[in-house]
Amino acid sequence: MDAGIVSYGAYVPRYRITPEEIGKVWGTDGNAMGAGLGVQRKSVPAPDEDTITISTEALRVALVRGRIDPQEIGAMYVGSESHPYAVKPTATVVAQAVGATPNLTAADFEFACKAGTAAIQTCLGLVGAGMIRYGVAIGSDTSQGAPGDALEYSASAGGAAFVIGRENVIARIQHTLSYTTDTPDFWRREGQRYPSHGGRFTGEPAYFRHVSECARRMFERAGTTPKDYAYVVFHQPNGKFPQRIGRQLGFTDAQMRWGLVTPYIGNTYSGAALIGLANVLDHAHPGERILVVGYGSGAGSDAFDVVTTDALTGFDRSFGTPVQQFLDSGVEIPYATYAKFRGKIHMGGG
Amino acid sequence: MRDVAILGVGMTKFGELWDRSFREIGIEAGFQALVDAKLSSGDLGALYLGNMASGSLIDQEHIAPLILDYSGLGSRHLEAVRVEGGGASGALALHQGWLAVASGAHDFVVVGGAEKLTDVPDTMANAIAGDTADHEWEAVFGATLPSLWAMMARRHMHEYGTQRTDLASVAVHAHEMASKNPNAHYRNRLSVDQVVHASPVAEPLGMLDCAPFSDGAAAVVLGPLERARKFTDTPIRLAASQVACDTMALQHRRDLTTLDSTVVAAKRAFAQARMTPKEVQVAEVDDAYTISALLALEDLGFVPKGEAGRRFAEGAFGPGGPLTVNPSGGLKAQGRPFGAVGVAQAVEIVRQLRGEAGERQAAGATRGLTHDLGGTGATSVVHLFERVN
Amino acid sequence: MSIARFWRETPRRYNLGGSRCANCGTVYFPPRAVCPSCAKHRQSLGRLEPFQLSGDGEVVTFTIVHDAAEGFEMQVPYALAIVRTREGPMLTGQVVDMDPREVRIGLKVRATFRKLRSEGDAGVIHYGYKFTPAEPSAPRPAPAAEDQIPTPAPSEPRGARA
Repeated sequence: MDAGIVSYGAYVPRYRITPEEIGKVWGTDGNAMGAGLGVQRKSVPAPDEDTITISTEALRVALVRGRIDPQEIGAMYVGSESHPYAVKPTATVVAQAVGATPNLTAADFEFACKAGTAAIQTCLGLVGAGMIRYGVAIGSDTSQGAPGDALEYSASAGGAAFVIGRENVIARIQHTLSYTTDTPDFWRREGQRYPSHGGRFTGEPAYFRHVSECARRMFERAGTTPKDYAYVVFHQPNGKFPQRIGRQLGFTDAQMRWGLVTPYIGNTYSGAALIGLANVLDHAHPGERILVVGYGSGAGSDAFDVVTTDALTGFDRSFGTPVQQFLDSGVEIPYATYAKFRGKIHMGGG
Repeated sequence: MRDVAILGVGMTKFGELWDRSFREIGIEAGFQALVDAKLSSGDLGALYLGNMASGSLIDQEHIAPLILDYSGLGSRHLEAVRVEGGGASGALALHQGWLAVASGAHDFVVVGGAEKLTDVPDTMANAIAGDTADHEWEAVFGATLPSLWAMMARRHMHEYGTQRTDLASVAVHAHEMASKNPNAHYRNRLSVDQVVHASPVAEPLGMLDCAPFSDGAAAVVLGPLERARKFTDTPIRLAASQVACDTMALQHRRDLTTLDSTVVAAKRAFAQARMTPKEVQVAEVDDAYTISALLALEDLGFVPKGEAGRRFAEGAFGPGGPLTVNPSGGLKAQGRPFGAVGVAQAVEIVRQLRGEAGERQAAGATRGLTHDLGGTGATSVVHLFERVN
Repeated sequence: MSIARFWRETPRRYNLGGSRCANCGTVYFPPRAVCPSCAKHRQSLGRLEPFQLSGDGEVVTFTIVHDAAEGFEMQVPYALAIVRTREGPMLTGQVVDMDPREVRIGLKVRATFRKLRSEGDAGVIHYGYKFTPAEPSAPRPAPAAEDQIPTPAPSEPRGARA
């Protein structure tokens, strides 16, 4: 395939809360929870942010960096599990907000945390078929954990946008494949505010099985082993799972380093693997190979074998914020402010 | 154009009038004014009724015939017109009434103003007030009416050194005057400290910098000056009536610290009346927000630009001085039933010029001014009054 | 709020699409059909062209709102400012992503895309511009063809895109 990533941008909201702070409210040792999850702090969206605003911000950055005329975008897909509307696609508002309307196709994707990677695959297909010039794939979420549940310590907000095309490709996507089954590890029924999950069932039969099976199939397809990759990015619901699967598969900590973002901003769900990939691209050099293996509950894994090109050298990242800055910075807030921001406090009469 | 006189005045108490309906307060003020004018309703040619938001507040549009009807005049088929211009509605109604009599279209007219703000919850009243600013480009983006005035205050403080305590002195003065006004919504005295430390609304303005939402009605009867002595021993001539407008949104104004509409309306009014600001001894200016009063005093030409804060704090505008400001207690303390305000200002000035203002009397006043604003100054209405002997 | 009334303004509220008078060069936001600056207003009819604002600006005055506008209750206290844009026109909007206490006259800001309010839990969500403290931004995407300003003289040909 000669199609790939032409440009990218990421956005993580400004506020942070620590596991320690969350634990105080529930009488739990938050520090221990955080250590167990491998999460130091997580991002919190402001009351005026949502998946639509986060996606728009990330895409605006990508379009400016890539000097892309939004009118040349032929398709836009936003993957999330926290679309502001159940019916009315996030992609339509984002498309209007970046000036891409009306000559494009658009839709929203849902596949838990791998909706964004699924969107990339779709764009690859449309670009490869010559149907569109540029496709936009965004993974973005403002996910919530039920108050007091383990997920509350990690569920966070953020997103990344990728422009897929064939011209001025900075990272070519050589192969992509997926591994999909019906596995009820984590779900949310229509109308429910918070998701439910199967506890320890979310580990071996879900995340680990799908990620490893998908990775193995990719090694076979691409004829590679872990040492052929400079970097690897996994979906990362916490800081521990990706490191464990990485070591199981034979990757080193150095290879996993840039792609691991959850410890610093929490699990951004559909944004996680994509923000990880964005951080890798922020640090990569031309001619380096990257393996990306996303995962979405329900369940499935999408893998990408990516190689950076010489065009990466001329890629201008001066607009927008480097992912590392999002990881290193942020304003800590107390639980009360967090609850207010996340709408856990209900105003009457509404 | 012939000279117009005010023959009679009347007003209800301003405040939270839970037991009184819109119709009731409109009629009460109107009849009081008629009785004061010694006119009978049969003499009237028209009713001009200032009202800002009856549709949103009491689910009733088309309220002029309503008041006409409940005054017993429906079957007489008089002309009745509602006039709206945000907070300036009452003053605009006065302007229409003046035009009607000055032009000869009618001989005797009633000008009324009425509003029932407590018929909706405060949050809704706030939103309705905010709709006198630019809804699409100010309110939609989070601006409330006090927040827009607060931004003007901030800029005035930045450019001219006006202090928070200067703003507070406007409220203190208003309450001091209203303590002598049996019709006032608030009659308690305030201190500068209380005003400065009141809960913030939109900084630097706090709760006590902002006029309350009040119910109330006021009315005046107008007639030709040449016939006035038949009805009153103290005819007051409406020497000038001027309206000037400006851009809707504050962001589009020429200068954020000047109400150009007030500057122009005042210049035109003083020219029309052949008067100068120095000759005015008593004035009712729009003090819906403490900063509004300061800008008004500057833009009407009473003090140089930037000076009003200092002068107010020095007590330059109390009774006994060359210019008594807001002897009624203003919008701040007498109250702010939006559509009634402009007419109530006229009621107070007429009483002052007749020498009937009791404890609030500005001694020997013969010339007065009223100033009423719509929104953040998109409309300004200035009237000048003169006692004729 | 009316669905159509808000939808109609999205090119302005999402993208800061303004207008520029081809006759005298003045830039406006929101867009206008008649140029107030032209000595002869009639000369401006049909000549207000779409003009894309960059979103860069400077705070001219501000307040911290405690008594919220309708729909903004969960955001109090919030900073509201009048911002003078690089291109000239002034706008009113919230300043976010910073402590409201640190907003000051002269602060350089750039426009960002945020939720304004929604009609309860079941209604449409309204989005638009707010301002964040910032460094200068690169050019915004140009407005699409259908964002042109309707003119009062339908017989005139539509102005060219910016």
